[in-house]
Order: sequence, then C-alpha cells, then structure tokens
Amino acid sequence: MSDARVENGAESGRGTAAEAGPVAGSGAVLRPHAEDAFANELSALAAADDRPRPERWRLSPWAVATYLLGGTLPDGTVITPKYVGPRRIVEVAVTTLATDRALLLLGVPGTAKTWVSEHLAAAVSGDSTLLVQGTAGTPEEAIRYGWNYAQLLAHGPSRDALVPSPIMRAMAEGMTARVEELTRIPADVQDTLITVLSEKTLPIPELGQEVQAVRGFNLIATANDRDRGVNELSSALRRRFNTVVLPLPATPDDEVDIVTRRVEQIGRSLDLPAAPDGMAEIRRVVTVFRELRDGLTADGRTKLKSPSGTLSTAEAISVVTNGLALATHFGDGVLRPADVAAGILGAVVRDPAADRVIWQEYLESVVRERDGWKDFYRACREVSV
Amino acid sequence: MTESATGERRTDATGESRTDATGESRADVTGERRADGPWLLGVRHHGPGSARAVAEALAQCEPKAVLIEGPPEADALVALAADEQMRPPVALLAHVAEDPGRAAFWPMAEFSPEWVALRWALRRGIPVRFIDLPAAHSLAVEGAAGPASGEEGERDRGRDGDRAAASDREVDARVDPIGVLADAAGYDDAERWWEDVVEHRGTGRDMGRGTERDEGRGTGSGTGGTSGDSGDALAPFEALADAMGALREEYEEDAHSRDAVREAHMRLRLREARREFGDDVAVVCGAWHVPALARRTTVTADRALLKGLPKAKVSATWVPWTHRRLSRSSGYGAGIASPGWYGHLFASPDRPMERWLTKVAGLLREEDYAVSTAHVIEAVRLAESLAAMRGRPLAGLTEAEDAVRAVMSGGSDVPASLIHDRLVVGDVLGEVPQAAPAVPLQRDIARLQRSLRLKPEAKERELELDLRKETDAARSRLLHRLRLLDIPWGAPAHSRASTGTFRETWRLRWEPELSVRVAEAGIWGTTVLAAATARAASDAAEAGALAEVTALAERCLLAELPDALPVVMRALADRAALDADVGHLAQALPALVRSVRYGDVRGTDAAALREVAVGLAERVFVGLPPACASLDAEGAAEMRTHLDATQQAVALLSHTERVAGGNPEAAAASPEYPSGLRERWIAVLRVLAEREAVPGLIRGRSARMLVDDGALGETEGAGNGGQAQEGGGGAGRLMGLALSPGVPPADAAAWIEGFVGGGAGGGMLLVHDERLLGLVDDWLTRVPGEAFTDVLPLLRRTFSQFEPGVRRTLGELTRRGPVGAGKPGGGTAAGPGPVAGGEEAAALGFGPGLDRDRAAAVLPTLHALLGRSEKYALSWHATGGAHLDHGATLTHSDHGAAHARPDHGAAAGPHRHTNGEADGHADVNGEAGRRADVNGEVRRLTSTASAQRRGKRDDSGHGGGR
Repeated sequence: MSDARVENGAESGRGTAAEAGPVAGSGAVLRPHAEDAFANELSALAAADDRPRPERWRLSPWAVATYLLGGTLPDGTVITPKYVGPRRIVEVAVTTLATDRALLLLGVPGTAKTWVSEHLAAAVSGDSTLLVQGTAGTPEEAIRYGWNYAQLLAHGPSRDALVPSPIMRAMAEGMTARVEELTRIPADVQDTLITVLSEKTLPIPELGQEVQAVRGFNLIATANDRDRGVNELSSALRRRFNTVVLPLPATPDDEVDIVTRRVEQIGRSLDLPAAPDGMAEIRRVVTVFRELRDGLTADGRTKLKSPSGTLSTAEAISVVTNGLALATHFGDGVLRPADVAAGILGAVVRDPAADRVIWQEYLESVVRERDGWKDFYRACREVSV
Repeated sequence: MTESATGERRTDATGESRTDATGESRADVTGERRADGPWLLGVRHHGPGSARAVAEALAQCEPKAVLIEGPPEADALVALAADEQMRPPVALLAHVAEDPGRAAFWPMAEFSPEWVALRWALRRGIPVRFIDLPAAHSLAVEGAAGPASGEEGERDRGRDGDRAAASDREVDARVDPIGVLADAAGYDDAERWWEDVVEHRGTGRDMGRGTERDEGRGTGSGTGGTSGDSGDALAPFEALADAMGALREEYEEDAHSRDAVREAHMRLRLREARREFGDDVAVVCGAWHVPALARRTTVTADRALLKGLPKAKVSATWVPWTHRRLSRSSGYGAGIASPGWYGHLFASPDRPMERWLTKVAGLLREEDYAVSTAHVIEAVRLAESLAAMRGRPLAGLTEAEDAVRAVMSGGSDVPASLIHDRLVVGDVLGEVPQAAPAVPLQRDIARLQRSLRLKPEAKERELELDLRKETDAARSRLLHRLRLLDIPWGAPAHSRASTGTFRETWRLRWEPELSVRVAEAGIWGTTVLAAATARAASDAAEAGALAEVTALAERCLLAELPDALPVVMRALADRAALDADVGHLAQALPALVRSVRYGDVRGTDAAALREVAVGLAERVFVGLPPACASLDAEGAAEMRTHLDATQQAVALLSHTERVAGGNPEAAAASPEYPSGLRERWIAVLRVLAEREAVPGLIRGRSARMLVDDGALGETEGAGNGGQAQEGGGGAGRLMGLALSPGVPPADAAAWIEGFVGGGAGGGMLLVHDERLLGLVDDWLTRVPGEAFTDVLPLLRRTFSQFEPGVRRTLGELTRRGPVGAGKPGGGTAAGPGPVAGGEEAAALGFGPGLDRDRAAAVLPTLHALLGRSEKYALSWHATGGAHLDHGATLTHSDHGAAHARPDHGAAAGPHRHTNGEADGHADVNGEAGRRADVNGEVRRLTSTASAQRRGKRDDSGHGGGR
C-alpha cells in the first residue's frame, strides 16, 4: 500500500518500481518493466479472470482495475495495489481504454501519471514499452514513421525501408501505445495524432499505403497540467481524449509517509544521516504544503489563497532534503524550523508579487496563531522580510 | 370489512394478502387477473422508480380509495393538490397552532410516489386518506419529550427521513434497512443499491429500461411487453415486502417504539377504509411499514398502543418547497442528494442518459464551454461502458458525472460543480395556490405583534426604540428580522440622536402586499426567528461580494440571530480569505467593526465576530503595502479612502480589544514582530509612509495618521534641529523628505494633500506646527514657475477644504513669514521658535507688541471661560474641570494636535480664536507687541487650567495675580 504510494510522490514514478513489488527475474536489469516485475500477478489474474475481454486484451477491464487497485483473488493470490487513490479514477481510465477513445492522464508533477500509464499498458496489452517520450524536440517521425536511409537509397521506398514508430506498431498489432508528456511536444507534431485517433489510420503517402489500427489499439498520454501553457492541446486533439486527473495524496499521513521514505532514500545516496528527530519538521512541511495547495487549513476552518507553485509532494521532499543537508553541514544535525523555512519560501513564492502576499497572509493568519509553531513563525519571518 | 377480515389476511405474502371474506368486490372486473386488495405499495420516499411503479400498480389495480402515509390532519387539504396553481415540489406542513416553531414537513416532489398516488386519485375522483399517526400526537410528543420529529420511524428511507422537524434526528439509534440490504448485496452505498435494484429495474423484466421508458412511450412494444401481464406491476412490491419482512424479523427489537405506534394507527385507518370501501384499497407507504401493515393484530391491541398519547392542536397547510431543500445538504432536507436527477429520471420518457447528457451539454454551452454533439455521444458511451464495468444494470448519476468529467470538462472540477448545483440539485421552486391556509409564519408574526403591542397599520408612523428596554429591544429584533425576510414593515430612520447605539428610530407602515411577502417568506421557516435564520444562512451562501456578507453579518447581529451568525461568519471568513482585492477587504472592515461594537452594546457574544474582524484587518495589513505601489492618481484617491476606513476600524477594534481585556497574543509579542493590532497597523503605516513606490497622496496620509496616533516620536525628530516639538518631529522629517528638491512637484503636492487634506481639521496641524508650515512654504517658493501651474489645482483643492478661519490664519502666518524652518523671518520676528521664544518672542504670524487695552478687554471673558477668576467665575470653578476641559480642548483646537501636545495645543487654540474674533487683521502687525502680552497671559492661564486638569493646583497664585 504505502509502497505504491511512494510512487505517487516520486518525481518520475520509476525510481523505486523495483522495490514496490515482487521482483521477478530482474537479474542484472536495473529496473524491469512492469509486465516483467509483476508477471506472476498478471498471470494469476488472467487465470482467475472469467469476464469478457475486449479483443486483444490480456485481461478483462475488471481484472485490469483489480491489478491496479489491488485485491485478493479467489485462489488466494494477493494483488498488490499499484495505485492508491480513488477507485472511480481507475475505473474511468480502464473503461476509456476499452472504448476507442484515447486516455489522457493529467496531474501535477509527482502524481504517478507515468506509473499508472505503464501499468495500464502492461495489464491491457502485456507490453508497456511502446512508448514515445514527449519533449520539445520530439519529431513527427517519433509518432508516425521514419526511414532507414540506407535501405531507402539502396532499394527505394518500400515497407522494408520504413522504420515504424511505437504508435504505428501498436496500431498494427492492436496494442496500447503510450505518449509521455504530451504537452511538451510541439503543436504541429501533436496534431499528427488527430488522424491516428479519429480515423484510426496512419497513411504512408510515400508508398501510397496506410496502416489501419486493428482492434485493441489505444493510446495513453500523460500531461502535466501545470505546464498547460507550454503546448496546449488543440481542441480538435483534446476532443479525442477522455481526461482523467490524478489527484495528490488524499491524507496527510500518506503524504508524510511518502516524504519520509523518499527523504531517507535520497539521504542515503547523499550520505546524509537519517534524521529521526526530523519527523515533526517533515510533518510541518507537509502540512504547510497541503494547506496552501488545498486553500484550506488542516482543520478545515479557514480558507486560504493558493500560491502559483505546484507544491507537489516531490517538492516537499526536496525541501526536507535541503533542510537536512543544511542541518547536517551547518547545524547540529537536527532538522529545525530554520532549516526548512527558506526552502518552503522558495517553493511557495514563485510569483514575487502575488505569492509573497499569499505567503505572508498565511504566516500572519495561520502560522502565527498556531500552537507550537512559534519557532517556525520566527524562522519564516526572518527569511521573508 | 371487520377486524376479523383483517385478521384473516395472510401475513407472509403481503402484496397478495387476501381476505377470504371479500370475493365479491372483484367479480365485475375486466378479464385481467388482479391481485386482491388491499394493495400495500411499499415505496422509497422520493424514489422516481417507486413513483413509476406506484403509477403502474394503481392503474392496474384501480382501487376505490388510496391511503397515503402522511398526517391525517391534511385530509382536508387533499383537494388543493389538484389545483392548477399547485406545482411540486411542495410540502405538507403541520404545526402546533399556538407554537409554529413545532412543526413537521412532508415534502413531495413531482417524482414522489405519494404525490403520484395523490394526483392519480384526484384525477379519478377517488378518496384519499392520510394514515400516519396524527401530527397532533407526534408534535405533542415532540414537545414533551424534547427533540423528535414526525419522521422518527422513517427508517425505510435508508437515509434520514424527510420530515424535517427543526430538530436533531436520532439517526444513530436507528437501523438503516436499505443499508443492510445493500450491504448484503455487496454495495457500499445504500443509495446506489436501491437505484440499481429498484429505480433502474425493468418492470418485472430483465435489465431493460422498462421502467424509465414505459410511461411516456404510449405505443411501443416496451409498454406492452413489460406491463401487459398485469401481475408484473405488483411484483416488485411483493419482492420488496418480502425483503423488508426478513429485515424486520432481524431488526424488529431495535425498532423505535414510535414505529409501533405509527403502524398501529396505520392499521386502524386501513381497517376503517376497508369498512368503507371494501378491499379495493391501495396503501402507499414506506417499504419498511409494509410487513407491519400486513401483520395480524387485533383492534384492541392497536387501540391500546394509541392510548394516552399526548395531543396538541395542530394546523396543517401546503407550503411551496424547493429542490435545494429536498437535497440532503440543506437544513430542511429530505435526504435526496439529487432531486434534479430524480426529477429528470421521472420526467424523461426514454433514454434518460442521453437526455441527461444533452441537458448537461446545453448548460455547459450556456456557460461558454465548448461542448459539441460529439462530446455528448462520447460521454454517453463512456457512461454506459462504465456501468457495464461496474456491473450495474444501467448507467446512473455516478457514471454520468464521471463521463462528464472525463469527456466534457477535461478533468476540471468547475463544470462538475456547476452541473451539480444547477442540474443534479436544480433550482425548481414549487407553488401553492392562494387558497391554501395561512402559513404558520403569518401566525407567528401576528402573535409577536400582539405581544409586543405593535399594530400593523397602513398609516405611516415613527417609532422610537430604546434598546435598553426589554420590549423595545424585542420590537427592534422583530423589525430587523422581518427586514431580513424581505418584509419591510419598518424602515430604519435616522434618529435625532443618531450617534447613540442604544436608540433606534423606525418608520412603520404595513402595506397590504406585505401579507404576500409573508406568505412567500413562509418557505424559510415557521417562526420569524427560524425563518430569518434560514434566510440569513442562505443569503450568506449566495452573497457575491465580501461587503454583502459583512452587511449581512451586521444585520444578523441587529436581528439577533445567534444561529445564523456562525454561518455568516464562516462565509465571511471564506470570502475574505479568497478575496485578493485589498479594497474589498478594507470596505468590508468598517461594517464588521461596527458590528463588533453593536455586539458589545447589545450584549451579544461577539467573540467570533471579533476574531473574523481581526483576521480581516490582518489581511488588509498584509495586502496594503503591495496594493499601494504604483497607483495612478485615481487609484491613489480610492486607496486613500480605504486607508481612512481601515484607520478608523483599527482604532475601534483595538479599543474593543483593550476593553475585552487581555491580549491573547501577548505571548507572541516581541519588539520586532509587534502583536497588538494597533501596533501592527502603525508598522504598516510606517512602511507606507516611507516607501518610495507608494504615491505621494498615500504616503502623506499615512504620515498624517502616524502623527495623529502619536506614533512619530522624538526619535525621528531628534536629528532635526533641537527645536522640533514632540509629535511634529517625525512628521517634519517625513515632510522634509517628501518636499525635498528632488521630488517632482506634483508628487509633493499630492503628499501635502494627503497629509493635511481631507477632514476639516486637516489644516489645523499646519496652524499649530509652524515648522511644518515653514516646510510647505519653503517648498512652494521653490516650485519652478512652469510646474507651479500644474501643482496649483491640487493645492487649491487641498487648501479650499480648510475652514475659513484656518485658511485666514494660515494666510496671516504666511504673510508674517516662516520662522521655524531656519529661514530668516520676515518682518520683526526675533526668536527662533514660538515655544522657545516664550513670552517675549512673538508667535509666528503676530507682531511683537501687545495692545494692552484691547487685550484687557478680552481677559474677563477668558477668565470666565477658563474658570480661573474668583471675580467672574467662582461658581464655574466649583462646578469643575469637565466644562473647562471641553472648552479648552474641544472647542478651540484640533483633536489630533491636542492629543499630541496638549499644552501647546490648548495654549494656541484659545489665543488664536480670540484673535480672530477680536478684530480685523489690518492692524495686527501694528499691535503685535501688546498681543504678545495677551499671548503670554493666555498661555499662563491655560497652562494652569491644564495643570488643574491633571489635579495640580500649585500655580494657582500665578493666574490670580493677573
């Protein structure tokens, strides 16, 4: 449960996959694919699954949802939860894949979008590797097809000279393709997807041919909804997607847990000592982040303005890690309010004018009044002024 | 039918329970096979599926009478339900005649099975009886046994009953039969289970959409297919009754005793009906009661249960209801989370999901979301696939919401909440015909009018209220509450002593249309208090601007609605937290602070209010400095009004803070981070006064406020040439900065406007502090010619606001020439400054000499005024310093200045006043020497006067010698 949660908080959602579940045949591989790491769970599910499966699906939609959310099969096999979060979200995501609509996973960084998309692909198609990583430089070839120029020059245009993209392969084989960080891809390249998603075909004008998607093909895209402005999806493309927003961790305890674990892991690699006394401070950082993010104090009594920063769990982790480094190298090794205050300020105040007011309001109206937070208030005032 | 007949009814198969004695009544029926009556139609209240099923069952059985679970007192009101003007949602309301506060509601929506049965019967002219325990009993019991309500036994709803008497429901103690059934079926949510099994069920068929479609289709094989076999219409009721029977076996002992009483009464009424109409009687009641109604009991046992119940005189009427109120979240809720959705299910002839999502798309388009038909198609597909995946027979509201979120709104919550508010709950408002009996609110008002001896009269009259008196306070509360309810019987008028907080003046006039308003307001509650509270809470939730909520808070306090206040405060705090505009916050602050003060006066507990007010002030403090930066002239002027408002509010607030005693934040106090509200405000003002980016107007104003607050101490004046006076020193430095040569003239002029402009007393500061005047004068002479014309209008505006006397004096002072600023004085000025110069030096603006004769003429009056002369004013002396005090400080001098430096202010005030009165100014210079003498005399007199004020009398001989 909490293992999967770690994924939520992790920036990439990948670093700890190997720890998250039973590792099967990992061998020398640093990080096995989801379908390998959880092969036994997948096969147990497939065996127990007697519900109708959409064409070329390895499992029924119900079994896919169970794979992600965890559960116990009739034969006693325990399925570990891959994603801890609202059931509705997973159900909508799986159902979307079962229709011919593409799935768009939205969320702030660190909400396990990539993780969910990988596991969905693994459970549905048994293959999570048909992946296009979206970057500012992603070319059209990455989505359509490229050419093997040696072949092209030697033999002229033919299917042999064609280098298919993962998406093209997925279409041809009826698999699930994945596009990471869709909104980072330049708009003209993004729009290549429109034909793929609406006509379910990929024309190859050079050969006068086309690749038609066979049943079972679908596409999962992830996008960071804080970066929306980077390359906003055209409404034509947007319309081809069903959107699922992945939320941030639901409870403070979950989040504290995630932060603590990740900080420990990072701390180990940076040779920072474990900070057993830092729990209070971690909790405080998480509380501040959650309250500002939610625009509501933890007791639910006071509303707050939310700053423009994302304040994701991943950022909380980095604030605590920084604080720990400060405490180790310049302090007495114990995480104190002063060690995290500057980091919090940096995370919260992204827009110097508006966010500063929001932060000060928060300090004056919430922090100042709170029992046991005097030190923290002082520390924040010192770095704020 | 006799009891024996009832006794013979079978207890197991409730739907088919038959009596052996009544074969004949169905002999003449058409060829259809009909189950024998009475037909017990167990329903879920407000379930559209139940409603359809009831309609079908009634159509099939054609009973001769319909019995409905409801208060028998309403039997007389049944006919009104057929009225054309009657439009659901409405509610049956029963209340104790003398005490409208004790009331119970039976809301009915269009899709309520009870309503369907009622209308069906009325259409056919079939008698309708309400068979529940009379409200006369239930309300009387409630009165005797504390909070309880008419719906006590409504466990069949699966969630709390809908008869929301204004009381807490004993939810915990009651079993939730639907919940148990749902749990057994593996559902975590009882509501969804019910929807799946009953509301979405095909009538007697498999998972088709029979129920939803049948009714409206008319033709179509669906109708024929599903209800052609007449047994089917009753089948679901039988199944449900069986389930309930099984449940009751298990949970019977937990059942509230009220249930037994109610069911006994229902049985008795059922027997009565059967005696009258035969067995062709249909009963529409909560499913939970069905087994009990079918049970074999004796009349005697039932009567025994009903014996000795307390009784109250009860009136019943119809009142309009709203969907919002049916929904769970509101106070008088019926426990239906989605009345709009239910209404839709009931009203749409077929394809409910398609129709619903089309509705949603329509709404979203109205709100400028780009939603195409393709979106609707995809949403429908997703909703249906979701339902299949979740193993539900039909897509329900949950699926619809998920689909809308994923397909139409791009994952955003904003459209989702819009849809929830506008469609899922909906804004439907019911109507009740004029003929319906008077609402209890009307009676309550009449009762209050009697007891407070306030007759409603068409003639306008004025009413003076002294809030310290009990009756007057109650009258004021009534009038304020009525105003909140939009019943403007009384309009507040300005009382003659308008400043007093314990007096109110009202102008009363009872217009005939107010009665209509009362009827309309009846929807909010049964008593004035309850209605006003509900209304205020609703207003708070709907209010847009922050200032509206503050005003509402004020009205709540005036109307003394302690229960509404927390809600309003909550809304206020929320709005304040999210409002980024300091202007709004500052606007809201004064009313709120006024409310705090009123709260004090009226003895209401204003602690919560204070907390919010302080929080609001806090936000203003934080937001002001950035908000004041880089403003244009207009913006600056507006901000200045906010500044003034905040200044005033803080003064009041910190006053009450002191009165309230003890500063809760004292622990956090430290020199760098001051804790007191006032101290923090002063810190903000300092920032404003010194920050370059802040416009001159605001800086000047802030500086002035600091001076008035005495917050610019000597420390700032110290480096400024030893002659600076306390209070004026820091101001001098600030003014020096603002008027230094590098500052653009327009900016400097704005600073001057901020500093001395505004209030009528603004100029007095310049009159009293010659150094400041000197600075202004000095600056003005330095303004280059071309800039001067730009600056002139601003200066003119500033100075034209001063009182004529002040202007004149300033003119004189300027003519005489500046002294204190270190420039060589014009004319004959000798000393460096007025105070240091003492007697022998002329004050700024006056000649060195004194016209002793003329001065002497003034002295007796002065003596009298100041109470210093044994000769003229012995008696005054005796009556004491209070008069004197006022005379010396309030009449003659500027408040602010007097505070900052009482001696000097008091001395200068009377002197100049004398000067102004005594003569024209033509000869001022010539007689300056003699004036100086008067000047000295006056100063001595007043200084003794102030010494007296402080309780020192040591220099009394001084004054007497003169």
